[in-house]
Amino acid sequence: MNDATTQPSSGAPYLRIADLTKKFGDFTALKDISLEVFEGEFVCFLGPSGCGKTTLLRAIAGLDIQTYGKVEQGGKDVSVLPPAERDFGIVFQSYALFPNLSIRKNIAYGLENQKLAKVAIDNRVQELLDLVGLSDQGEKYPAQLSGGQQQRVALARAIAISPGLLLLDEPLSALDAKVRVMLRHEIKELQRKLGVTTVMVTHDQEEALTMADRIVVMNDGVIEQVGSPEEIYNTPATRFVADFIGTMNFVPAQSSRKGEITIGSTTLNCDLATGSGNLIAAIRPEDIQVGSGHQNSFTAIVESMEFLGAFVRAELSSVSLGDARLLADFSANVVRGEQLAKGIELPVSLPGESIRLYAQ
Amino acid sequence: MHTSQLDKVVKPKSSRDDRQMLMFMIVIASYLVFALALPLYTILSKSFKNNDGDFVGLGNYVEYFNTPALVYSIQNSLTISLITTVISVSIAFMLAYGLNRSCMPFKGTFKAIAMIPILVPSLLPGIALIYLFGKQGMIRWLLFGHDIYGPIGIVISEVFFTLPHALIIIMTALSIADARLYEAADSLRTSKLKIFFTVTLPGARYGLISAAFVVFTLTITDFGAPKVIGGGYNVLATDIYKQVIGQQNFEMGAVVSLILLLPAAVAFMVDRIVQRKQVALLSARAVALEPKPSTVFDRAMLGYSILISIFILGILGTCQYAALIKFYPYDLTMGLSNYQFDLMDGGGWDSYFNSLELGAWTAVIGTTVVFLGAFMVEKGKGFKQGRNIFQFLAMLPMAVPGLVLGLAYIFFFNAPNNPFHFIYHTMAILVVSTVVHFYTVSHLTAITALKQMDKEFESVGASLKAPFYKTFTKITVPVCLPAILDISIYLFVNAMTTVSAVVFLYGPHTALASVAVLNMDDAGDIAPAAAMGMMIFYTNAGVRIVHGLLSRGVLKKTQAWRAR
Repeated sequence: MNDATTQPSSGAPYLRIADLTKKFGDFTALKDISLEVFEGEFVCFLGPSGCGKTTLLRAIAGLDIQTYGKVEQGGKDVSVLPPAERDFGIVFQSYALFPNLSIRKNIAYGLENQKLAKVAIDNRVQELLDLVGLSDQGEKYPAQLSGGQQQRVALARAIAISPGLLLLDEPLSALDAKVRVMLRHEIKELQRKLGVTTVMVTHDQEEALTMADRIVVMNDGVIEQVGSPEEIYNTPATRFVADFIGTMNFVPAQSSRKGEITIGSTTLNCDLATGSGNLIAAIRPEDIQVGSGHQNSFTAIVESMEFLGAFVRAELSSVSLGDARLLADFSANVVRGEQLAKGIELPVSLPGESIRLYAQ
Repeated sequence: MHTSQLDKVVKPKSSRDDRQMLMFMIVIASYLVFALALPLYTILSKSFKNNDGDFVGLGNYVEYFNTPALVYSIQNSLTISLITTVISVSIAFMLAYGLNRSCMPFKGTFKAIAMIPILVPSLLPGIALIYLFGKQGMIRWLLFGHDIYGPIGIVISEVFFTLPHALIIIMTALSIADARLYEAADSLRTSKLKIFFTVTLPGARYGLISAAFVVFTLTITDFGAPKVIGGGYNVLATDIYKQVIGQQNFEMGAVVSLILLLPAAVAFMVDRIVQRKQVALLSARAVALEPKPSTVFDRAMLGYSILISIFILGILGTCQYAALIKFYPYDLTMGLSNYQFDLMDGGGWDSYFNSLELGAWTAVIGTTVVFLGAFMVEKGKGFKQGRNIFQFLAMLPMAVPGLVLGLAYIFFFNAPNNPFHFIYHTMAILVVSTVVHFYTVSHLTAITALKQMDKEFESVGASLKAPFYKTFTKITVPVCLPAILDISIYLFVNAMTTVSAVVFLYGPHTALASVAVLNMDDAGDIAPAAAMGMMIFYTNAGVRIVHGLLSRGVLKKTQAWRAR
């Protein structure tokens, strides 16, 4: 199903996961996962809680080694190695900063194990403090810093030893919204600057869409889709992905002929239709347009309206669509221009190229 | 699915850390096997053998149950324990309620006074009661002709002895109450009395049950109080002592031990189940309850707390008075003649210094062993079965009465073919047995502290290539220092006061202060016994204060990071 996805980089993958399965007793947390991550890539594992994304990350780190399958890093099979014999830095949701050590000591913790000269360590620590924007906070203890600052320290500690792989386990979930958005950019910038191959686990689609080069959408222990943020959003490969990312209308439909689908009593053009019978048609609220001139247009009634700031989300019904109801997002301009209000009728159209089709 | 892959289960390679931690765990587990499991097995097998070591099946048990004098002790033990449980838990609950829910003054002082009994041997209240209510007691008339020697004396002593244990548990249970429940009840115009029965009591029920079982176990296994003040009233604990020390009937001692083990083990298991439920009651979002001032209620609670304090300080003060009086009731002049322990049987001043030595060794070795063991079992990877066995061994001592442990040690270590025979009658066996005797509470304290640490510290350490012992010494120990200090003082205080296990194990050169109290009392030197008991109290109180100051200093230095 992932044939359409493009690989951003050529050559051998830096991280290769092959046929990986993880069982906890009778429960199978990961089923036959295969995935390749390339050097310098930022990959996000995205999915609802319990989908197996953190389990996969912990298998890559060697913290919870898989039941079956293989993990290769930098061309070397690391499947059975304990964490200490692998090459990665890790940041946890809880930060796991050592509370009794100063910020400086926290960052130096890994460097001290490399038997470096004290001066070299001090210089490297200062460099890292500068890098994460905490130049003058080195003598403080973790509890004296804000959540965002603590997360920066955790990041600095993880990259201090220049690992080949950076693993981020929900690093931003414990922060409040504003700090989260800011750190999102900072982490992405830092990763680009260092060029370190990074795998991040998140359940927040906005985080994945804004930060990742490629997103791995997971559900129920399997990979649903791998692709760039645009691919994942615009051409969701499965109904789960379509539903999980963004908002999507799902309407039962039939296709009796190539290029056409029928919803209720209305026949619509649809690029993807192959005449394969009963389907689920899907369209995003922002793809529904106002106006009669277009193809696939019909008359709808505004059942309710929800004000969401920059736009209005309207619930539409139409006799020609049968029982189906559609959510449509209209900009403030459109609302004003068309004088949209609850109960009015208006012509809308569903562009044929925006309709996705999924098996029932 | 690629079935070819499914055949090959990945076998993780164990890291050097894993292997080293496993080794540590096995070493400490072996200690528990040799110092706990094997001795217990020996006492069990001994109860099925006769004096010559031949297997006699249930013969000893049949003999036991055909000896009315012995069987009667079961009933006595149960009676005493049940009465003590009801009285002690009731008194503790009301005191805890006052400390927790009233606005009376001097709460800290009352709490400190209520903790005093922990610092003295369980023999001490009995001695005080002899001076107060004995044949020539100061306030003998208060008993209206009843005899203090017997159930009355035992129960009063046991209430004194168990009160702090019950108080701690019930105070914890009351302190987790959610203020919102009370606000909701108030807004529904519920009467105070109804709130008490529908909100307060149910909220504290697990604490009350837990306290009841702890008090019951402490009482039924205690040997100090019935020994001193029991008179002719026999209980299981004194029977073991009499069978072993008095009649040298070790096999019958083993039988009584196993009968005593039964209620203690049952109580322990019920308590564990209840404790698990109590945890589930804790809600992170509970709003702390702030008591509101109420003149009548606060005054009533103040009066009650003063009464309890008079009881505790009265017992203690009587002992001190007894220790200083030359020859009660004939020569009431004050002096230190009763402190000339070297003139009495019981071990003299040496026994006091032996006790100090035992306390120090137990605190140092015990804390190290317990904390290392807890760390390995909590943070180690793999070998799940082994860690479960370790957990079980660590919990077991709580269910084993000290007398049973001590007798088990005689059987195990005194066997001529035991390679560890050489530690018999030495300080070493006293340390080994005392560490094991008080292992469970220390272990649980350590486990709780370790669980409160971020569980990813070890993962981060491994990813940064730090060996486990670096993370252990640089992070775990400093972060857990408050708990480590608590464990060490707990072990020291208990090593100073314990009688039950060590009474069977001390040698000619290793008599202990607590045992000296027992022996001097036995010999009729009650005043010197009281004097030695007070020495133990002053030592424990002093160590506790020094420990408090010291830990405050150390914590200030090492826990600076806690301040925000």
